[in-house]
This record gives sequence, C-alpha cells and structure tokens, in this order.
Amino acid sequence: MADLQPLFSTLWVVWFFVLFGGILIWVLAPSRRGEWRRHGEMVLRDDDQPERPAPTDPKTR
Amino acid sequence: MAIASAAGSTGAPVARPAPTYVEGPIRAFAIAIMFWGIVGFLMGVIIASQLAWPLLNLDLEWTSFGRLRPVHTSAVIFAFGGNALLGTSLYIVQRTSRARLYGGEEMGWFLFWSYQFFIVSAALSYVLGYTQGKEYAEPEWFIDIFLTVVWVIYLVAFVGTLMRREEPHIYVANWFFLAFIITVAMLHIGNNISIPIHWGSGFSYSAPAGVQGAMIQWWYGHNAVGFFLTAGFLGMMYYFIPKQANRPIYSYRLSIVHFWSIIFLYIWAGPHHLHYTALPDWAQTLGMVFSVMLWMPSWGGMINGIMTLSGAWDKLRTDPGLRFSVTAVAFYGMSTFEGPVMSIRAVNSLSHYTDWTVGHVHSGALGWNGLITFGALYWLVPVLWSRARMYSTKLIEWHFWLATIGIVLYITAMWVSGIMQGLMWRAYDELGFLQYSFIETVEAMHPYYAIRVLGGVLYLTGALLMAWNMYKTITVGVAPEALGEAQRAPAPAARPAAAPAE
Repeated sequence: MADLQPLFSTLWVVWFFVLFGGILIWVLAPSRRGEWRRHGEMVLRDDDQPERPAPTDPKTR
Repeated sequence: MAIASAAGSTGAPVARPAPTYVEGPIRAFAIAIMFWGIVGFLMGVIIASQLAWPLLNLDLEWTSFGRLRPVHTSAVIFAFGGNALLGTSLYIVQRTSRARLYGGEEMGWFLFWSYQFFIVSAALSYVLGYTQGKEYAEPEWFIDIFLTVVWVIYLVAFVGTLMRREEPHIYVANWFFLAFIITVAMLHIGNNISIPIHWGSGFSYSAPAGVQGAMIQWWYGHNAVGFFLTAGFLGMMYYFIPKQANRPIYSYRLSIVHFWSIIFLYIWAGPHHLHYTALPDWAQTLGMVFSVMLWMPSWGGMINGIMTLSGAWDKLRTDPGLRFSVTAVAFYGMSTFEGPVMSIRAVNSLSHYTDWTVGHVHSGALGWNGLITFGALYWLVPVLWSRARMYSTKLIEWHFWLATIGIVLYITAMWVSGIMQGLMWRAYDELGFLQYSFIETVEAMHPYYAIRVLGGVLYLTGALLMAWNMYKTITVGVAPEALGEAQRAPAPAARPAAAPAE
C-alpha cells in the first residue's frame, strides 16, 4: 500500500484540478449569466422588516 | 404578517408572507460585540503599554504580559469577532433564507448565553494560569469540550434554518458562513486533542508532540485566520456592502469563484508559520506556494466588494458606515497581499519572530475585521431597533478617522520596528560576531512601541464614541442636528440600484 502512495498523491492533485475546473465551468458558463445575476439581487429583496412597528415618535425618526 | 416580494424558482418576484424573524438575541449579540470590542481593545492598549513600559506588569503574575496577552487576543478574536460572526450570521441566514431561525428565540438565546459563558470562562482561566500554551487555542480541555457542544448546536441552528428556507438559492454569504462554522469545528477538535494529567485536573498534555504538534497547531492557527477571520467576515461583506450600497454585489459569479478558491487553497497554507524549523522542507514549500496562490482569489474578493460601489462612489461621502465597510475591504486587500509576501521563505527569514508579523496581523484585524464589523453594526443597529439611522453621523465620521489614523500609526510603527529588529538580529561585525545584543534591539524598538500605544488609544477612543452613539441610538433615536442634515440632503438609499457586472 505504501508503494502506491505516490500514485494516489498524484491522482489526488489531478482530481482536485478536475474538480476545480468543473466548478469554474459551472460558474462561468455564459448560459448561467442571468441566473447568477438574479441570485445576486436576492439580497435586496429581503428587507421587508416584518411586524416591525414604524417609528412614529419624532424623537426616534 | 407583512407581505413581501420574494423570488420564485424562476426568479420572478412573487408575493409571499415573511416569517417573524428572531431578533432579540441578535440585538444582544450587537451589544456584546460593542462590549467585548472595548474590553479587547483596552486589553490591547494595556499590553502594548506593558511592552513599552515594563513596570506596568505590576510584578504580579495575574497582570503579567504573558497572562494578559491571550486575554487580549481571545477578547478581540473570539469575543468581539465571534459575537459579530454569530450575530450577523443568524441575522443573515434568516433574511436570505426567508425563514425563522431553527429552534426559534430559545435557540438564539441559548447560543448567545452559552457563547458568553465560554468567553468569560476562557478569560478567567488565562488570568488564573490555566492554558494549553497554544496560540489562539489557549483554553484547557474542559472549556474546549464545552465550546465543541455549543458550536455543534450553532451548526444545527444554521443548517436547520437553511433547510427550512423558502428561497430556492442559498445566498453566497451563507456559503461563507457555513464554511466558517464547519471548518472551525474541524480545526478546534483537531488541534485540541489532549489528555488531562489526571482525572479532575484542569491541566492536560497535548496528544501530538514535537513537530507533528507544531504542524497541527499552525494548521489550526492559520486556518483560524482563514475561516474565522476571513471566510466568516467575507460572509458579512457579501451581505452588508450590497445592503449599504443598495445594489447587488458587483459580480455574483466572481463571489462563487472567490468562495471555492478560498476553500481549495486556504487549508494548505499553515506550514508557512514554520519556515526554517524541523518541519520537512516539502511541507514548508507547500505552505509557501499555497499562500502565494491565495493572493489572487483574495484580491478577486476585494475587487468584488469595492466595485459594488461602481457608479455610486458618492455614497462614500454621504454614508460613513459604508466608508467603514469599503475601507475594511481595502485593508483586506492590503493584508492579503502582505501575507503571501511574508510567506515566501526568503522574506520570512527576515520577518519571522519580529514586529512585522504583529503589524501584519493588526492590519488585518483592526483594518479588515474591525472596520467591517463597525460598518455592519452602523447599518444593523438602526434596523434592529427600528430607528431611521444612527443617533449621530458626525460621531461616525469621528470614529472613522480615529480608527483609520490609529491603524496607520500602529502598522507603520510595526513595519519600521519589525524590519529594524530583523536586520539588527542578523547583523554581523567584521569578525563574524553578532553586532547587536538582544537588549540593544529592545531599546531601539522603544519609540515605535510608544507610537503603537498611541495608535491603539486612538482606535479604542473611536470604539468608545461608537458605543456612545449606539447607546443613544437605542435609547433616544436620531439626534436633532442629524435630522436637520437629513432634511437638507436626500437619502442616498433612494437612488435606483444599478445592474451588476457579469
């Protein structure tokens, strides 16, 4: 098993490169451009502030 | 319940009732951030003064630098930073998931009080002399076990909230928070495997010894920087800068590449803390190479944060809270350039064990972690307490300049002191003897230690102003003079958001 360690080490590096390359393709594919843009905008849709009383006291405005 | 717009699976806005979010514990976290921040900064000023004027050690073991230094580091990293991460992550995960916190108010309060208990226990143990002697992992085994339990419950609360989300997509800030929670759990357990010296003793032996122990310690130590002080705070950046600027992140795709690059690279960088030691050369080189590779994704993230203001740079003039956040990202860029440079073995032979390292750490901690937290709080406090804005904008401006000048004084003093120290240590005379004795290097550093104290005092003063501003915001609202200013100038947030770059 110890003799195979260099082989597994090399395969592990190759596997990581393939995995990271796959992530890059997944993220940067032009067909997903609109999808990512919508995901980025979701942060601006969340501030509904439910059931929070509107400050009416002039001192708190 | 309020009706709010959310995106369906197609991305089209749909009307949907918003849940009642858990906010009480998050308000408590906000107050705890401020409280522990001041404690931690004050401890920093005290120990910096002890280095400049050793009489301030008071000749007592409880007040000696050796015991107070971990109180400072733990207070700023785990108390100030940890409360910031827990508080903001629980706020953000609810909002971006459109889901109430898993476990409700009880879960929030449990996490709040158990985390404060951990902080107080750790600080007391340091002062009383209980320590594992591992940097940033000083608490002894019984506190480590307690924190492990709390952390696993935190993970359950976070993942549970994500699993009940109504948004189909998990926003990128949550990816960073999840990486932070999972990796910190792994690091904490991995680096704290130890055996009590006997049953009932507070002291323990570390299971791994020698160079293996050192390797595991710096695998932990550097990834505490990578996943506690970087990934978690990047989660804050990816939420609060878009909110403050009222526009989406510059490139959401870049944020995903940023995330995966950090995940793939950071975990290997730890060995650069052990250059020129008994650690095998291949491991040192591995740490150096991965550290240098981290530069590009870090700058990708920096550019993404700063360019979110593209087309809205005027907000930096009108919104001092946003100025904190953007300056923090600039410091993130600076320290993530300096770090890879210092990890190069030739540079490290000069910089290691000197004040240059201390300056580097503080440009990251004061500049990146501190300022991004202040920026987040200046946005979050009015929201959490239903106020139109902070009590005083002028006080925020003062805080900004005091903090910035304080950081600049600190890091420039440490650059000069550290490089001088390294050069003096390696200077030889014509006969091959060391040119300077150790005490001569200490004497030479004294003026820079005094400048560092001044920088720390300015930073602490800024934080005290913030605490006062926060107190008044909570108890009074907006100062009358700030109301007058607001009536003269239109609210910056009223402008339409620009489309992000893709």
